[in-house]
Formats: sequence, C-alpha cells, structure tokens
Amino acid sequence: MSAPTGSLDRAPRPAPGARRALLLAVAALAAVGAPDVRPSPAIVGDAMPTPLTATPGDAERGRAIVGDRQVGLCVLCHRVPEGEPRLQGDIGPDLRGVGARLDAGQLRLRVADARRLNPRSVMPAYLAVDGRTNVAAAYRGRPILGAQQIEDVVAYLTTLRGR
Amino acid sequence: MSWRHGLAAALVLPIAALADAPAPGDRRSGYETMSPALRAMQDDDVANPGMLWVLDGEALWSTRAGAADRACADCHGDAAESMRGVAARHPTFDPRSAAPIALDQRIERCRVEQQGAAPSAPESHDRLALTAFVAHQSRGLALGPFDDPRLRPFVDAGRASFHQRQGQLDLSCADCHDRHPGRRLAGNVIPEGHPTGYPIYRLEWQTVGSLDRRLRGCLAGMRATVPAPGAPELTELAAYLAWRARGMTIETPAVRP
Ligand code: HEC
Ligand code: HEC
Repeated sequence: MSAPTGSLDRAPRPAPGARRALLLAVAALAAVGAPDVRPSPAIVGDAMPTPLTATPGDAERGRAIVGDRQVGLCVLCHRVPEGEPRLQGDIGPDLRGVGARLDAGQLRLRVADARRLNPRSVMPAYLAVDGRTNVAAAYRGRPILGAQQIEDVVAYLTTLRGR
Repeated sequence: MSWRHGLAAALVLPIAALADAPAPGDRRSGYETMSPALRAMQDDDVANPGMLWVLDGEALWSTRAGAADRACADCHGDAAESMRGVAARHPTFDPRSAAPIALDQRIERCRVEQQGAAPSAPESHDRLALTAFVAHQSRGLALGPFDDPRLRPFVDAGRASFHQRQGQLDLSCADCHDRHPGRRLAGNVIPEGHPTGYPIYRLEWQTVGSLDRRLRGCLAGMRATVPAPGAPELTELAAYLAWRARGMTIETPAVRP
C-alpha cells in the first residue's frame, strides 16, 4: 500500500537568492558542551561545508551511531549496508551509496538540519534545539546528537560509496 | 532564536491543513497491513488472545461487586442488546464534565458510582476486560458518526495536536500516520492509526492494552512529554482519531504486532 499523500518530499534546490550563509543556533552547540565546537556553522547553498568541530570525524564511531536505534535512530527510517535489513526503515532514501551522491558538506547539512532544505521533511534536525514543543524532560534543551557525533556520522556516510 | 521556525511554521501549516486524514472510503485499518498469520489470529475467536479478556469481561458483567453488591447486568441486562453500538459512539460528549469521555472511563464511572466499587487503574486487568467485553458487542458496526456539535471543539483540539510537531524528534502524528502509512519504521509497517480495535492484544506487549497505552507509546517514541493515562489531552486525541475513522468497522478485540 502506498502513502495517500504520495511519495516522499525531495529536498528542493535552494533558490539563488537563498544562497547565502546562514547561522545555526549557537546555543545548540554550546548545550553539547564539546570544548572544540566551532561557533557558527555556515550554510552555503545546500551544504554546511565547515566541520562543526576541530576534531575530525571518526567513521567507525559514526557507523555505531547510525546503527543504534536509540542513539542515531537513522535505521528507523533508512536502509544502511550493515545490520539486519528487516529491522531497517524505508521512510527516507536508501543510504547505501549516499557518499557517492553527496559530499561531506552536503551530508553535514542533511544530518544537522535537513529541514533547512525541506521544512516538511520528517527527517529530524539533529543539531537544532529551538522551536521544539512538548519535549520530554530527559531531552529538553538537548539536540539529538552532539556536534562531534554528527562529525562521526558524516565521516561514516562519506564511506558509503556503493551498494 | 526561532525566526526560522516561525518561517517554517508559516510554510508548513497551510499544507498540513490540506493533507488531512485519509478520505472516508479510502481508510485502511492496521489489520490490512498485518501478515496473513496475524489476520488469521484476529479472525479466529479461538486463536485470538484478546478473546480471553472478552470472556473475563463477560464474567465480570454478571458478577455482583462493590458496596452496592450489584452486577452490571442488574442494571443493563443482556449486554448483547444494551451495549450494542455503545463503543461506536465513544468518546462521547459527557455533559457532567463538559468534556469527552472514553468508553473505559464511562465504565469506570458506573463501577465506582453504581456499584460502589474501589476505583481501578486504567491498565488494570478488570478495566481492560470489561472494556473489551463491552466494545466487543459493537464488533462489525461502523464507528461514528460523532456529529454532536458539543464534541466538535474537542475533535478540533485533537486534530490540532495530531498535526503539531512535538518532542525532541519534532515529529507530528500526521507526519507518520497521514504522510507515510505503509512505509516501514524500522521493522514496523506504519498504520494509518485508526482506533478501531481497542482494547487490542499487542504481540509486543504480550497482553491487552488500551488506546491510551498505544498513544503514550507513540509520544514516548517522539521523545515528547507523555500525559498520564486518561488525561484530557489523550481523550481529545482519541476523539479526533475516532472522528477521523468514522464509518470504519469496529474490530475489538483486534490483534496487532
Ligand atoms: C524519522 C525519519 C528519519 C530519520 C530518523 C532519519 N532520516 Fe535521514 N531522511 C529522511 C527522509 C524522509 C529523507 C528524504 C529527504 C527529506 O525529506 O528531507 C532523508 C534524507 C537523508 C539524507 C539525504 C539522502 C539523499 O540521498 O539525498 C541523508 C544523508 C540522511 N537522511 C541521513 C540520515 C542519518 C545519518 C540519520 C541519523 C543520524 C537520519 N538520516 C535519520 C528521514 C529520516
Ligand atoms: C515516527 C512515527 C510515528 C509517529 C510520530 C507516531 N506514530 Fe503512531 N504508530 C507508529 C507505528 C510504527 C505504529 C505501529 C505499531 C508498531 O508496530 O510499532 C503506530 C501505531 C499507532 C496506532 C495504532 C493503530 C492500530 O491499528 O491499532 C495509533 C492509534 C497511533 N499510532 C496514533 C498516533 C498518534 C495519535 C500519534 C501522535 C501523538 C502518533 N501515533 C505518532 C508510528 C508513529
């Protein structure tokens, strides 16, 4: 059975006028408490080219985050090369090969703030904390992933180059 | 600051309002996306574990209880007649509280006030058993129509919270149940979210549970604040879900994965 509202929304190309650097909430990063977090991740076109932290992402840690249903939650919605396909989701695109389709900056923006590209996206904005309603106490004021975790995830995603 | 979320809201709300519930006639129960084995389990009263609760409820129906030492049957007689169609009109508008009341809450009121029984917890065995038995009397009937104008503001409030993005994941019920039913969330097929089978026997719970329990599960998954069972917010959501599913067939006791 298919969704009555049709296929998933694809991220629209940003209009030329919107191709300017925009700032993400600095508070989001400060809340994570990472010492080497960069203050203002700029958005250029459909990418966030500058890493969020000075420490390079670790693809192995990223793999674990992506596969963990309580931490990254990615496999709830996406298919990835590892793990049990039966327990993975198909709400979002298959991530096998995503590193060949998108560069690190594009991947970073999609994980940090997919709704920047498509406000209706069901993909959560992993770095944002503002504008939330009714957040359970344990998660209040905290982004879903910290800046370093997002760097780890991006490092892992760039390794996904084929099926 | 939240200027960009203000912008996002301005963009999203009109669209979300258009993409309302699946149209009547087009709606599918969670039953339809279950495996053939699970559908067979629901269809066969001997195999359906929920029938054990229905049978317990049937026994409670005619058992004297409480300070009044009266049975439900002493006032309502044969449930097959007196309770037929009751689940189809709940949640209903309750003039006394000027708010909607769910079937299990209505039953609880009779227990406490008419039988003089001690209050029961929302997920207690007896509450679920009596609710399953009473709702079962409406199996096969159409839900609704929920056209009482006094219910309307509560249905509207439930609709608003159904479309409100909430929790740390910032998802709305509509994001999953209106926009992505049929897709898989991890291993699970997302149903349209119709309240046609409650109380249900859920394999993951290994027991029967209420609609409130189901809704609290989805809210917890969204990392949103979870209201207490029976809280007005949940009954409003239930009133909207029932209105949204009007015309669909009551399945109680349904089986769900
Ligand atoms: C609740 C569902 C959901 C979760 C959880 C989720 N995503 Fe997504 N994701 C989507 C959807 C839907 C899209 C499609 C584009 C859109 O709607 O913005 C998407 C798009 C993407 C894209 C762009 C893919 C492409 O081919 O353009 C990447 C990369 C991505 N997600 C990675 C992740 C990672 C990594 C995680 C976890 C850290 C994650 N997603 C968690 C739903 C989700
Ligand atoms: C991220 C996705 C998601 C969100 C958000 C969500 N749900 Fe669900 N819901 C599910 C899934 C998946 C199931 C099926 C149960 C399962 O297998 O886990 C379900 C089941 C249900 C059911 C049971 C339907 C049946 O056939 O018995 C109802 C009712 C429901 N949800 C209502 C809601 C409401 C109301 C909200 C908002 C407060 C909500 N859901 C939010 C994913 C979601």
